[in-house]
Amino acid sequence: MKPSKLVQVILFSTTLVGIVCASQAGTMEKIAETKTITMGVRDSSGALSYTLGDGKYTGFHVEICKRVIADLEKKLKTSLKVEYQPVTSQNRIPLVQNGTVDLECGSTTNNATRQKDVSFAVTTYVEEVRIAVKADSNITSIAQLVNKKVATTTGTTSVQLLRKHERANGVNFEEIFGKDHADSFLLLESGRADAFVMDGSILAGNIANAKNPKDFKIVGEVLSVEPIAIMMRKDAPALFKTEVDNSIKAMMKDGTLAKMYKQWFQDPIPPKGNRVGLDLSDNTKNAWANPNDKPAEDYVKK
Amino acid sequence: MSLDFQIFCKSTFDDTYSPRCFGEFFQFGQGTGDPTYLDWLLTAWGWTIAVSALALFIALLIGITIGTLRTISNETVLSKVLIFFSNAWVELFRNIPVLVQVFLWYHVIPMLIPALKNFPSFLLVSIALGFFTSARIAEQMKAGIFSLPKGQRMAAQSLGMTKVQTYRYVLLPMAMRIVIPPLTSECMNIVKNSAVAFAVSVSELTLFAMQTQEETSKGIEMYLGVTALYIVTAFTVNRVMALIERKTCIPGFIATSSQGSH
Repeated sequence: MKPSKLVQVILFSTTLVGIVCASQAGTMEKIAETKTITMGVRDSSGALSYTLGDGKYTGFHVEICKRVIADLEKKLKTSLKVEYQPVTSQNRIPLVQNGTVDLECGSTTNNATRQKDVSFAVTTYVEEVRIAVKADSNITSIAQLVNKKVATTTGTTSVQLLRKHERANGVNFEEIFGKDHADSFLLLESGRADAFVMDGSILAGNIANAKNPKDFKIVGEVLSVEPIAIMMRKDAPALFKTEVDNSIKAMMKDGTLAKMYKQWFQDPIPPKGNRVGLDLSDNTKNAWANPNDKPAEDYVKK
Repeated sequence: MSLDFQIFCKSTFDDTYSPRCFGEFFQFGQGTGDPTYLDWLLTAWGWTIAVSALALFIALLIGITIGTLRTISNETVLSKVLIFFSNAWVELFRNIPVLVQVFLWYHVIPMLIPALKNFPSFLLVSIALGFFTSARIAEQMKAGIFSLPKGQRMAAQSLGMTKVQTYRYVLLPMAMRIVIPPLTSECMNIVKNSAVAFAVSVSELTLFAMQTQEETSKGIEMYLGVTALYIVTAFTVNRVMALIERKTCIPGFIATSSQGSH
């Protein structure tokens, strides 16, 4: 190999290494340097994260993130500019991976597959998959759904859950897919479906917004539990995650989180003043008592 | 970021990989393996093709009829009624977005006609898509017939042909050839528009993509697979139409382009 070529190769590879290193620089350093933090938010993830219109976002997770950012400001001894980036189920993980979003405060399930790509803070909310039915139906458990029509939303893990459940227990039900949660709820409302299987908070939220909330009820066993957590980039130095975790743990300890839960899940929430009306589950209580970032798979094993 | 196409061989029930990617598809329920994502993808493709084909059949049948009706002369009361009806048909179905039409057929019309409640959503969405496209095909048909020189209609009638014979033997054979290029686009469009079927829970390619990217976290691979199948389907339609165009063209006449379609 001629020397000039060798030099080229060396230059090229060092540039590559340089690029790789740059992308691995910690979130903490990046935030301190740019004095900006980008928060990933969802438009309609129930009480966890939703828009008030006009570029404003709120919800249980969004408010937690605001407090975490306040703690980060204290730590860095500088004020941070907070930017909101609306994300969807499809783009949230790539946007966190490529550094567009520093702190995703939507409704992301912490599972083992995702842990390979991103990091999760300690679990702040444990979602329970339940069944919503019309109040005058006699359905009280999943076993009674045999040969019934069950609605669920395209692009959710509940579809997979139902499929697995169907096979494991030999129960047979007809699945119909709504294109979004509102659509699935309409299927139940209009009688095209006998039940709607989905995350408890989504069911409660849809029922609260229904014309006659009393016509519906949430019944049956908990079909699955999923830890929901704030998502962030996998940092080479885990400094950022430690800071976020500590901030959340402090909120768990001093009861701030419990107060916030009551505010978003039990009291009337803006903009319409509806009540989600979902009691604090034992699973969520446990997650607060023993802060952890275990993936959903660990919950199943129990 | 690396792509992992092995994901298509994964079982849709648990984390195992099938030794053969076609877990169940070619064994027709002999139960030697779980269905894999590839099996599911192919089934979804089947639904896309089924919706497109049925909708296309409905669209061609109605579109050609309505388009022809719009060109008849309005001398009798019957022809006036027919023209009014066909004009109304086109205005109604062309000006409502296709997704809205699908929802009307699925949620609203069954409220008015309870018998439709028992129809599978596959049929309802095909009807909605077929009617939507029929209005567009009708417009093309009308344009095709009007593009023929006036003398053709007059010549046919001076030979003593009836109105029906004029259309059957003179106008339609010519007009049908003229509209093949825009018709090709419409046939390809119907494949694309069949994606609206996911909204009423027909598990076609779009529903497959949205669902599996959430289940597997391998969105790019899933969407690549789905995109490839859409390309294959639309391109096949394109080639078939080009073949029809070539086979039916009259040498030396209009619409004898040798370069195929649209």
